Amino acid sequence: MTRPELKQYELNKYSRIYSLGAARGELVVTNDDVAGPIDSSDEWIRQRTGIITRRRAGKDTSMMDLAVEAAKEAIEKAGIAPSEIEAVVFSTITHPYLTPSAATLLAELVGANPAAAYDVSAACAGYCYGIAQADALVRSGVAKYVLVVAAEKLSDIIEPTDRSISFLLGDGAGAAIVGPSDTPGISPTVWGSDGSHWDAVGMTGSLLDFRDGTTEWPTLRQEGQTVFRWAVWEMAKVAKKALEVAGIEAKDLSALVTHQANIRIIDEMVKQLALPDSVAVARDIINTGNTSAASVPLAMHELLKTGEVKSGGYALEIGFGAGLAFAAQVVVLP
Amino acid sequence: MALAQADVLAGLAEIVNDETGIATEAVQLDKHFTNDLDIDSISMMTIVVNCEDKFGVKIPDEEVKNLETVGDAVNFIVNAA
Repeated sequence: MTRPELKQYELNKYSRIYSLGAARGELVVTNDDVAGPIDSSDEWIRQRTGIITRRRAGKDTSMMDLAVEAAKEAIEKAGIAPSEIEAVVFSTITHPYLTPSAATLLAELVGANPAAAYDVSAACAGYCYGIAQADALVRSGVAKYVLVVAAEKLSDIIEPTDRSISFLLGDGAGAAIVGPSDTPGISPTVWGSDGSHWDAVGMTGSLLDFRDGTTEWPTLRQEGQTVFRWAVWEMAKVAKKALEVAGIEAKDLSALVTHQANIRIIDEMVKQLALPDSVAVARDIINTGNTSAASVPLAMHELLKTGEVKSGGYALEIGFGAGLAFAAQVVVLP
Repeated sequence: MALAQADVLAGLAEIVNDETGIATEAVQLDKHFTNDLDIDSISMMTIVVNCEDKFGVKIPDEEVKNLETVGDAVNFIVNAA
């Protein structure tokens, strides 16, 4: 007996980022505000990390509030109706429910219901993982427009006396609309993980430990030197590979937008890549702090907003962090 | 390949100078990286990676905190080579 041939999606040749949206916590928290509990100073924090202020959300501003604000800006600037969004990919480590996902609620709140919606837990690589997913969904024909959101309220999971990471962290959200394109807009993603360093960045305990009373509320901590070494030297290799598979060289870039972990990591990576002075380097960490998954879209949004880079140029974006997990791709600036 | 302590010290001093601007003459065996030379943990990692490249040795992350003085680092590199 014959049967009809199975249909599969029609492929789209290219995809691109149509627009970005951004939202930062409303509080401007200085180094003096955080230095006391870690027995430090404004000078020490600036020298070690480059941070002058970090943005934090107040008690009445949730991670979802930030996500909605960023998403709405991206949707409006893309010139599409929210109902045209067919998939919502939400990267976060600070959604305070194991289930239901942040993505399903966001879809409802921005008018994208009944889009497919799911969360991605890839820490500071979350946004670049989200862009990789959106690129694949669009070019494979699974979804026409994809809303990628990276949102964090890291202040919910910090310990003020922790000297390893807490004072770096901020709250914010970035969003992008990805859709089909007539010209290449997103290069092949170079991504991966290294679970042998699962302990390098993580929490002080599990939720089960907390439930059983064997630990306090779990907060973030890291092995700073291990993370620094990996972030600079291993991620420089990933960045070089991303340029290679994109078919371009460092001099062809308008911008380098790395995860905003620490200015020392950014500066060392610029050295390793031998970036010419013509390439703008995102240093949003100075004013915003480290916002994990949100840091790449926030930094790119800022470069465009200040006019430091122009729409249409190439930007190498790279996210890396807990897992360890990493992802990099070259995109055309929206 | 056996490395002479004096050569390693000279090479390490150059690397420290490159990374921090500290004069090579100040990088002596008895000097404590943090307390005497005021080198922070991030600069220390850059120095460690550059030593790995220069001397062809591996210095694991867990080992770095044991390298408190210049002498500790030099002895580790001489023994690891």
